Amino acid sequence: MEYVFIFIAAVFVNNIVLAQFLGICPFLGVSKSVPTALGMTGAVTFVMILATLVTFIVQKTVLDPFGIGFMQTIAFILIIAALVQMVEIILKKVSPSLYQALGVFLPLITTNCAVLGVAIMVIQKDYNLLESVVFAASTALGFGLALTIFAGIREQLELSSIPQGMKGTPIALVTAGLLAMAFMGFSGIV
Amino acid sequence: MGKKLESSFKNMVLVLFLVTLVSSAAVGVVNSFTSGLIEKVKIEKQIQAIRAVVPAFDNDPMAEKQIVKADGGELEFYPAKANGQLVGTAIKTFTNNGFSGLIELMVGFTPDGSIYNYSVLSHKETPGLGSKMDSWFVKGAKGDITGKTPGTQGLQVSKDGGNVDAITAATISSRAFLDAVNRAAKALAESAK
Amino acid sequence: MNNWQTFTKGFFKENPTFVLLLGMCPTLGVTTSAMNGLGMGLATAFVLILSNLVISLVANLIPDKIRIPAFIVIIAAFVTVVDMCMAAYLPSLHESLGLFIPLIVVNCIVLGRAESFASKNKAIPSMLDGLGIGLGFTMALTILGAIREILGSGKFFNMTLYNENYGMLVFVLAPGAFIALGYLIAFINRIRKTN
Repeated sequence: MEYVFIFIAAVFVNNIVLAQFLGICPFLGVSKSVPTALGMTGAVTFVMILATLVTFIVQKTVLDPFGIGFMQTIAFILIIAALVQMVEIILKKVSPSLYQALGVFLPLITTNCAVLGVAIMVIQKDYNLLESVVFAASTALGFGLALTIFAGIREQLELSSIPQGMKGTPIALVTAGLLAMAFMGFSGIV
Repeated sequence: MGKKLESSFKNMVLVLFLVTLVSSAAVGVVNSFTSGLIEKVKIEKQIQAIRAVVPAFDNDPMAEKQIVKADGGELEFYPAKANGQLVGTAIKTFTNNGFSGLIELMVGFTPDGSIYNYSVLSHKETPGLGSKMDSWFVKGAKGDITGKTPGTQGLQVSKDGGNVDAITAATISSRAFLDAVNRAAKALAESAK
Repeated sequence: MNNWQTFTKGFFKENPTFVLLLGMCPTLGVTTSAMNGLGMGLATAFVLILSNLVISLVANLIPDKIRIPAFIVIIAAFVTVVDMCMAAYLPSLHESLGLFIPLIVVNCIVLGRAESFASKNKAIPSMLDGLGIGLGFTMALTILGAIREILGSGKFFNMTLYNENYGMLVFVLAPGAFIALGYLIAFINRIRKTN
């Protein structure tokens, strides 16, 4: 039951993009069409789960026992950067077709603050390993949901006439605001 | 500008290792200066929260801290004494029923079990609505709870048949707030038995 | 480009928030008040200046292929220092900025300046670049924070302008961040066009 709560809270109530403002750069950058949005979602999900798993283990087996919690930021970002690089190399060898689909998004993920954000959050919330992984997966799903809906809306926006000054980013931001308002309707359900 | 160092495997490993080593050392040095201070700030904050909710005391409530198990978690009791006499108890309490989850409060009770004052330690309620709880229930305000004695019965918002006015448009947050207060009061009443 | 231009371009011509649209997460996340915006901006500026300085000095000693991870480690070290100092000396601001302080590491502005400017320039211009971009970022965050604070809670740097109950609450909440920034960028675009 607890896992269901974590899931619902991470996907809808505390949506990583629309309520917590993490991962805005890819949210605005790669949301021009639905297929790219889905590709990005796949890559983020993969890296986020893997990164949370590894950083969690490092925190519990290295940082905590040695009392060097202050190294958290440095350690985590190094792990994420290395992981992204490794995933890229392995994907290229093992599954060229998957690499074709996700490859272009991978370098962008190192600086996706949602990944580092989730890794730090599970430590702050004092989750156990399984809860952390569920939280990471649900957060990634929430990211994908917001990104895909937003991409769908932006595809439609392309076709409508918009005042000159509002074209591009401004109208995208206002749309995101309306989407965030819709997601606020979920607050209070968990 | 000088020549760039070549990207041989040996150079790469060596440089990255050195960069990490120097960075960690620098962070470690700063940490040794600030960690004590950060700890002190935390304790100071706790003491201020206690001081705000009980009558003036001259002991060290932090040293006499007691942990009391309550349904779903732990409460922290901080007895406040003046000249060796108990003048009040500050209780760090919580509720998970907030509109956005956890709310933590410090509630102070006088020895007869009535509420002296409270302060909100942390919450994630909606700004401008539920977040008003830090000033809504104080002395002289609309939802004044000071001087009330919840005992084991507990306080309730007027909508649920109680006598505390809920925050306008934030009944859920108000209920959660009282839930935390009642949890503390109940634990106090039971510990006095 | 002389030093003066290096310094001033961050305010308007290459403002990281309004023009380059970088570092959106903290821009939207912490600007519930002008004070928060100012604090976050200055913390980022501090990291930017020092990381630019150090990177410009050591750039030649770092092989090209591990450039990015090495830069990130240097930036992370400065971020951790800022994080710890704020926790010690400005605890309440530290608490309200929360997670966004460690996340300065992945702010694209910082890595972007290291990569595109500091690694190719000498120490003094690199610091000026960091200072200019940092203050431009601070300015943008403070303006957005002030707009949201005034419209949402009727205050400006915590001074009450009008009764809070008449504030448009939505501007302090998540949707208001997006909407306020959207209109602000549209407004800046409009000024840039007429110039």
